[in-house]
Amino acid sequence: MVSVASTDAVWQVLEGVPDPEIPAVSVVDLGIVRDVRPDRVTITPTYTGCPATQVIEQDIRAALDAAGFRDVAIETTLSPPWTTDWISESGKAKLKAYGIAPPLEAGQRAVECPQCGSTETEEISRFGSTPCKAQWRCRACLEPFDLFKCH
Amino acid sequence: MIGTEPQSSPGFPGEGDHAKHGGGVEGAGARPLHHDASRRGPPPRSGEDLVLFETLLRLGDDSLILGQRLGEWCGHAPSVEVDLSLANMGLDLIGQATHFLNAAGAAEGQGRDGDALAFHRDVLDFRNCWLVEQPNGDFAQTMARMLLFSTWQEMLFGHLEGSKDATIAAVAAKAVKEVRYHAELSAEWVIRLGDGTQESRRRMAAGLDWMWRFVPELFETDALALEAAERGIGADPRKFRDDYDARIGAVLAEATLEAPREQRPILGGRRGHHGEHLGHLLAAMQYLPRTYPDATW
Repeated sequence: MVSVASTDAVWQVLEGVPDPEIPAVSVVDLGIVRDVRPDRVTITPTYTGCPATQVIEQDIRAALDAAGFRDVAIETTLSPPWTTDWISESGKAKLKAYGIAPPLEAGQRAVECPQCGSTETEEISRFGSTPCKAQWRCRACLEPFDLFKCH
Repeated sequence: MIGTEPQSSPGFPGEGDHAKHGGGVEGAGARPLHHDASRRGPPPRSGEDLVLFETLLRLGDDSLILGQRLGEWCGHAPSVEVDLSLANMGLDLIGQATHFLNAAGAAEGQGRDGDALAFHRDVLDFRNCWLVEQPNGDFAQTMARMLLFSTWQEMLFGHLEGSKDATIAAVAAKAVKEVRYHAELSAEWVIRLGDGTQESRRRMAAGLDWMWRFVPELFETDALALEAAERGIGADPRKFRDDYDARIGAVLAEATLEAPREQRPILGGRRGHHGEHLGHLLAAMQYLPRTYPDATW
């Protein structure tokens, strides 16, 4: 049973599990999945109080069960803490296409509007619809948008 | 709540417990739990468990009570953005409380989890500081409390990242970034309101005046806290008192506000002495699980 192929298959299942609050990205894109072993999947919460954490675990459980991986356990770890650096490059691209500005790269200062690409943007509120996002506004196209906060 | 003026003074009992510094370990050690221990199982087996248990309770109760307080704002804030801010900060704090109180239950070893500790303890069993149980008052008063607490909590968690207790270290390392946000947000509001209109300035000064007397308790170091610090699981807050005073002083200066006069400090929350406000908060928070003990999500 224990084989490299089985962890690949588990990864594949996990790539099909969307984040419940930002369904454009998968739990793998977001870097929530920290490790996959033949007998267990290790996940980590994004924010300490993120209410999606429990839903994510349930969704992963359901997906694993549906794919026949009933024996694969799910473990949660806090350490090392999740940061936005764990979001994959494809995850950042998917966020942007979905209308959420991805977290700023190190050294990057200006927030780019995900609608029109302008950097003439400003913060409306440090908190948005979920703990991981802030509310911003584009002064060029006047559209409000979410920024995935650097964390 | 927005228009509610704070009452003339915080409702605290006459006895401030301020003469009893250092009596903490005796209080905590000799009578560790006020609940009916016979009903819940045997008392903790070793002093080591007790120090860890109490340390986790202090951390968890601070987060839980302030999280509940911020939740009271939901739907009542001055604007939808502020409403989101307050609810999100409350969520962060309740997340911390969940981790700390679950770990406290495990350290106690009597089968209680975080929910049992949050919803089935009475007011005398809570170990939070007085500051977090203070009523929201108006928005300025809430921001005064947030600044004074979050600035302290950020520094505390910075030290606790190196805790020898793996759970405390992991939660602190994760939460310190969130708390930094709380401290920044509240500092910005204190500056904006203090250096704002005559009315916002008056309210900001009144909010700070209400909360100021509860700051010394944050730096109170009783024998239990000292033991936790010596064992490397807790932190001695006196190490960052100067930094704290400097940070708060800088925010007040930018807000063009003067620090309130030193007042008689109110102490004792860590030993279960609380004001009248905490009981009312618990009544709202605990009503449902106590009325319907079998209720599940």
